[in-house]
Amino acid sequence: MVADFGYGVIAIAFLVALYSAGAAIYGERTKSADWIESARRAMLLLWPLISISAASLIYLLITNHFEVSFVYEVTSREMPTYLKITAWWGGQAGSLVFWSWLMAAFASLVTLRKWDRDREFLPWVIVVTSITTAFFLSLVVFYENPFAFFWQGPDGKLITDAAGNAIKGMLAPMAGASIAIPQDGNGLNPLLRHPGMIIHPPMLYLGFVSFVIPFAFAIAALITGRMDDRWIRITRRWTLFAWLFLSCGLVLGSRWAYDVLGWGGFWGWDPVEIAALMPWLTGTAFLHSVMIQEKRGMLKQWNMLLIILTYSLVIFGTFLTRTGVLSSVHAFAQSAIGPAFFAFIGVTFVVSVALLIYRWPDLRGETEMKSMLSREALFLLNNLLFISVLVVCFWGVVFPIISQLFTGQTVTVGPPFYQTAVAPLFAGLMLLMGVAPLSAWGHSSLKTLGRAIWKSAVAALVITAILFSFYTNNLIALVGFFLVVLVLLVTLQEFWRATRARSKATQENFALSFWNLFGRDRRRYGGYVIHISMMLMAIGILGINLFQVQTQGTISTNNSLSLSGYTVKYDSVSQFPGPDGQQVTRAAVSVYQGNHYLGDLYPRIDYYATEQQNMTIPGDRSTLKDDLYIILVDWQPTSANGATFKIFVNPLVNWLWIGAILFLFGIITAAWPDRDAERVPARVKHAHQTGSKQSSTAD
Amino acid sequence: MKKTFWISILTFIIAASFTSIARAQQPIPTPSDDQVNYIAHQLYCPVCANTPLDVCPTDACRQWRDLIRQQLAQGSTEDQIKQYFVQQYGARVLAEPPRTGINWLIYILPPIIILAGAFILFRALRLWTKPVSASSFSGSNEDAAKDEYVARLEEELKKRN
Repeated sequence: MVADFGYGVIAIAFLVALYSAGAAIYGERTKSADWIESARRAMLLLWPLISISAASLIYLLITNHFEVSFVYEVTSREMPTYLKITAWWGGQAGSLVFWSWLMAAFASLVTLRKWDRDREFLPWVIVVTSITTAFFLSLVVFYENPFAFFWQGPDGKLITDAAGNAIKGMLAPMAGASIAIPQDGNGLNPLLRHPGMIIHPPMLYLGFVSFVIPFAFAIAALITGRMDDRWIRITRRWTLFAWLFLSCGLVLGSRWAYDVLGWGGFWGWDPVEIAALMPWLTGTAFLHSVMIQEKRGMLKQWNMLLIILTYSLVIFGTFLTRTGVLSSVHAFAQSAIGPAFFAFIGVTFVVSVALLIYRWPDLRGETEMKSMLSREALFLLNNLLFISVLVVCFWGVVFPIISQLFTGQTVTVGPPFYQTAVAPLFAGLMLLMGVAPLSAWGHSSLKTLGRAIWKSAVAALVITAILFSFYTNNLIALVGFFLVVLVLLVTLQEFWRATRARSKATQENFALSFWNLFGRDRRRYGGYVIHISMMLMAIGILGINLFQVQTQGTISTNNSLSLSGYTVKYDSVSQFPGPDGQQVTRAAVSVYQGNHYLGDLYPRIDYYATEQQNMTIPGDRSTLKDDLYIILVDWQPTSANGATFKIFVNPLVNWLWIGAILFLFGIITAAWPDRDAERVPARVKHAHQTGSKQSSTAD
Repeated sequence: MKKTFWISILTFIIAASFTSIARAQQPIPTPSDDQVNYIAHQLYCPVCANTPLDVCPTDACRQWRDLIRQQLAQGSTEDQIKQYFVQQYGARVLAEPPRTGINWLIYILPPIIILAGAFILFRALRLWTKPVSASSFSGSNEDAAKDEYVARLEEELKKRN
C-alpha cells in the first residue's frame, strides 16, 4: 500500500516536471505571465511531491518491507535504523530518487529568488531544471523503480525471468500471482556502512546538482541573448557551493578509502573516483575563468563552454557510475538506464553547443588582452592546465571502453598512467598559484613580476636546499616542495602587504586590518586561503606518493615486525560480535619507536556473514610527521600462533586532511554572502516584465 | 715447494668448483611477502575491476599471489612473471595497456590534444595581446612597483568598501 502510494506520487511528480517545462516554454512563446507563473508553481510543487515519495521509501526501509525489492537489496533486519535510512542512497534506484529530490530542492530554491531584474531568465531556468529533474524521475518511474515488488506464483515459488532473475514490478506479472515476502534482506554493502561513506554520496550529489543551476542560467542567457555577465553574478554563489560540496565529497571519499579499503592509500585513480573529479576540474577552471569575464569582459564564449562541459560531466559521471559501463560495455548494453543516459547526455550536449554556436558572435570579448603575463593571461593558462588534466582523466576512463568495444580486448588504465601524465600538469598549476596572485589585471611584465616574486623564490630555494641536505634527494619531491614553499610564501606575502597597506590607509591596528581584509574582499582572500590549503594537501600527496614504505609478515604473539624506525609487537587477538551484526577479529599490537613505547593499536577484520564480505579496518597512529598504518591482512588466518600484518609508514599524509579542513574554510569564506540582495526571497510578481536588461551592480 | 704450490692451487680450484656446484644446487629461499607484494602490486586482479593483486581479498587472488611466490621460488624474474599472467589472463592484468596497436592511442592522444590546446591558446594570446609601450615601464624602480601595488590594492579595497 505504502509502496503503491510512493510510486504513484513519484509518477505524478514526473508528470508535474514535464508540465512545468512545457508550461514555461508555452508561456515564454505566448508571452503569458500566467503560464510562466503556473510553471514556477509546478516547479515548487515538485520538491514536496518527491519528499512524500522519499518519506514512503524511508518508511518501507525502516519497517523491513522486504517484499519491496529495493528494501530487500539494501537492508536487513540486524541493521540499525540510521543505516536503514541512509540505505536510501545506498542502492541504484534509491539514489536516483535522492538525486531528483535534491535537484527539485535546488530548483525550488532558485525559483524563490528575487527575479525582478532577470525576469527573462525565469522560464528558461525552469525549463532546464525541470527537464533535468524529469529525466531522473523518468529513470525511477520507468526503469529503476525502488517501490517494485517481488512476485510469487500460486505455487509459492518466486517468479523469475529466463535468466533466473526475480521479476520485479508494481503489477502482478501473471494471473494468480501474489506479492512474495522474503524473511530477511541482503543488507547494505558493509563497505558503505562507514560514516564517511554515509555522508560522501550526499555531498557529491549536492555538488553535482548545484552545478545544474549555473548551467540553467547559462542556457537561459544563451536563449534570451542577454550576453552580459549577469548570469555569472547571479550564480556565483551556486557555483561556489557546488564546488564546496563536490570538494567535500571528494575529500570524504578519499578519507573513506584510507580508513576502510585497507590498501594504505586514499586515491587509487579508480574510474569512479575520476568520474567525480572531472566536473570538479572544469568547475575549478570555470571559477577562475568567470573572474576574467567579470573584471575584463573577456572569455564569454569560453565560460559558456566550461559550464556546458561541467554539466555534461556531471551527467556523464552519474552515467559512468550508474550504468555498469565501467565494468563492461556489455553491462551497459544490458543496463536498462544506460541507453537513456547516453541519449540524454548526447541531446543536452548537442543542444547546448548548438545554442553556443548560434550566439557565438554576440559573445565576443569587450576588451583586449594587453600582456601575456597579465592575470587574465595566467588564468587562461590555468584553464589550459585544468582542461589538460581533464583530457587525461577522460581519455583514461573512456579508453578501456573503446578498446573493449572495437577490439574486444579489455585493458586496465591504472595509477602509473595518470600519475605520469598529471604530475607535470599539477606542477604547472602550482607554479601558476605562485605567480598569478602577483600579476595585475590588464598588464604585467617580467620585470614587475620578477620584482614581486624574487624574495619568495630565493627563500623557497633556500628551504629546498635545506630539505635536500637533511630530508631527501628525490628530484620530484624537491621540485614539489620548492613549489609548495613558493606558493605559501607568495600567498602569505600577499596577506602581509595587503594588511600593512590597509593598516596604513585606515589607521586600524594590524590584527583588525587583517580581519577586515576578509570582510572587504572575501572572494580574493578566501581564494588565497584555498591556495594555502591546496599546498598543505600537496605536502600530504607528495609525502605518501613518494616516501611511503611498507612491509608484510606473519608473526606469532610477542614477536614483532619493524619498519622505518617503528617496531610493531603482536600482543593478542580476540573475536567478538560487533554492534552491526558483524563478527569482529581484532588484534592488539604495541608500537615502539626504538625502545620508546608509543601506544597500542587495534587493526581488525569485520566479517559480515549475510553478505559474506570482510571489511579491513586499519590501526592508525597519525602524527604530523607520518602515519603508522597497520592492517590485519584479511586473506590469511589469524590466531595467537600467527597473524599476518601489513604495515605502512605514510609520511606527511596528515597534512592532506589538515589542508582539506582549511580548504573548506577557504571556500566558505569566499562564498560567505556580502551585502547582497540576491538571497532575499520575494514574491514573484505576476506581470511578466520582459526586456528588463539592467546590468548588475551587485557583487 | 713447487709441487706443494701446485697441489694447493689444484685443491683450491676443486674446492671452489664443489662450493659453486653446492651453491647452485641450494634451493632459492622462500620469497618474502614483500617480494610477492612488490610484483602483485603491479598486476591487476583479472576478476575484480581496478583492484591491484596485492590488496585483493578474493580466494582467486590469494591463489595468484601464491603462484607469484612459487614462480619467484623457481627463479622467475619479475618480467617473466608479468608475462606469464598476461599470457594467461590477457593484457588487463597490467596496470597500463601494453604499448602496441590501438593501445598507442592512450599514450599519444592526450599529449596531442594538450599541445594543440597550448598552441591555440598561445596563438590567441598573441592575437589578442596589444603590447603596452615600453615607456609604461621605463624608469620604474622597486619603489614605484610597490607604490603601484599599494595604490591598486587601496583602490580595490575602496571599491569593496
